[in-house]
Amino acid sequence: MSSFYDEVQELRLRYPEGTRSAVLPALRLAQERRGWLSREAIEEVADALELTPAYCYSVASFYDMFHLEPVGRHTIDVCTNVCCGLVNAQAVLDAFERELGVRPGETTDDGEITLRAVECLGGCSTPTIVAVDHVYRQSMTPEDVPAILEGLGE
Amino acid sequence: MSETVVRVAEGPALVLAGYEGEPLRSLGSYRAVGGYVQLEQARTRDPQAVIQDLIESNLRGRGGAFFPTGRKASFIPTPDKIANPIYITVNADESEPGTFKDREIMLKVPHRLVEGCLIAAHAIQSKRIYIYIRGEYLEEFESLQGAIDEARGAGILAEVEIVVHRGAGAYICGEETALLESLEGKRGQPRSKPPFPAVSGVYASPTLINNVESIATIPAIFAVGPEEFAKIGAPPDSTGTRLFCLSGNVERPGVYEAPHGITPRHLIYDIGGGVPGAHTLKAVMMGGSSFPVMTPDDLDTPLDADSLGKKGYFIGSGVVTVIDERTCIVQFALRVAQFYMHESCGKCTPCRVGTRWLVQLMRAVEDGTATEADLDLTLDVCDRIIGKCLCVLGDSAAMPVASCVTKFRDEFREHLAHGGCPFGADSQLAGLFAPVDQHSHTPVAQEALV
Repeated sequence: MSSFYDEVQELRLRYPEGTRSAVLPALRLAQERRGWLSREAIEEVADALELTPAYCYSVASFYDMFHLEPVGRHTIDVCTNVCCGLVNAQAVLDAFERELGVRPGETTDDGEITLRAVECLGGCSTPTIVAVDHVYRQSMTPEDVPAILEGLGE
Repeated sequence: MSETVVRVAEGPALVLAGYEGEPLRSLGSYRAVGGYVQLEQARTRDPQAVIQDLIESNLRGRGGAFFPTGRKASFIPTPDKIANPIYITVNADESEPGTFKDREIMLKVPHRLVEGCLIAAHAIQSKRIYIYIRGEYLEEFESLQGAIDEARGAGILAEVEIVVHRGAGAYICGEETALLESLEGKRGQPRSKPPFPAVSGVYASPTLINNVESIATIPAIFAVGPEEFAKIGAPPDSTGTRLFCLSGNVERPGVYEAPHGITPRHLIYDIGGGVPGAHTLKAVMMGGSSFPVMTPDDLDTPLDADSLGKKGYFIGSGVVTVIDERTCIVQFALRVAQFYMHESCGKCTPCRVGTRWLVQLMRAVEDGTATEADLDLTLDVCDRIIGKCLCVLGDSAAMPVASCVTKFRDEFREHLAHGGCPFGADSQLAGLFAPVDQHSHTPVAQEALV
């Protein structure tokens, strides 16, 4: 695996010299490697881009997909916007809460799974949308919840 | 696990032309349905003539603003008049609740988007295209990147480079100037206009910004001819087809391509199979969650900007979400307000504070602690948001909430008289959890206002 620094330099080549456009891709890369954006991860991004950690943190803190706190090894995002809500989103979210014993925004005690409620994921014709480790599962019902969790356990 | 229904409901097939259920992801499959022929022809023509054809087609923006695409392109200076490079940015940050069409374009006909990009690049003589795709779209990103790589490998990009830039979760980045900020590696906060992006967009250079569906419609304009295209749909202003996004309490939800001018009744009942069970239609989230809700008496209004506009509606991003009689409209207004509160970037006070205030007011109505005066206050707050900010995010909260209070005032009053929600657990949106406190963009304490 090439070093993080080198990979970030590759990302920078996609954009004109002297711009900060690689911040988002670099933060994403750092998060993919470390699971979340710790202080060290942010500093690493800043070093590679010749920016201050404060700047990189300010950008990261704006976006929902960046985790500034540790998250579980797996993430489960349940859409609870209107279109999923009209069908059965809350029942799906309730089922996850019951099975996992956590509230939305929390991580299971073993550090395995973080449950989140999220805004519209753009899958409105097949509610409820559940993104399991960022992969969309369509038309999910409360009955599907045990199978999803079993799949993560394997 | 069911798949999204994507089909041409009524001809002609333009954006979905050639798609028969199997995604046209490979270059070969797209070429087999006439792909890249329009690009080859366009490249033999004078760029200005291509822009003129776009103007003649009267293609309007499919992202929600309905701005004439050709005119926008004509605002871009020609390379001899400017030292900076000329950019195209494609808005693939599809996040408007109820909208799921751009992702289907990127999944089913990704090369059509690439071809449209390259025709637009020829028209404005741009060599650099950024496609800003929302960070949550993973499969869509891979499909699109695959198409770009294959086109590059086949020499189709020629001197043009297309970079797919992934967002990281922020609805506001669908706003064009916030998108530019985000693309420049900043927090996605809208800019003051002017200067408009055509003059000073990304990297302070002239930039053409268009929605995915707008760009993916361009090859079809040249395939049928701009003059013919301008006759499709509801001319003169609403030309061509739309990928309507049908969802909610409807039998057959999906993405349906159909000409502008079909009615919501036709789309919902004939194409979509109507409301399931013995339920009845109560309201339609029309155009997206950012706009006034439609009441059943307006279901025969043609889905074109002019007809909708006369009745105070917007075509937006082609959203038609059916809400049946079980749903409490206060809960709907509350959930919509919560969304915009969460997504407000916090830059303009009327939006940052106003969206939060609307959430508190809707919550008070739902819980039965509000008074009649609070309904008037809600309309007043909406009025003090609309048109008072740098972008329309605040308006997007105010318009639907105000429309609910105005059109369903009796239902709001029932809440006041009943000391809370009369629907109980029967309403489908009852107790719906909103992610307002997770990673909110707005660093204001929830209690700060009341």
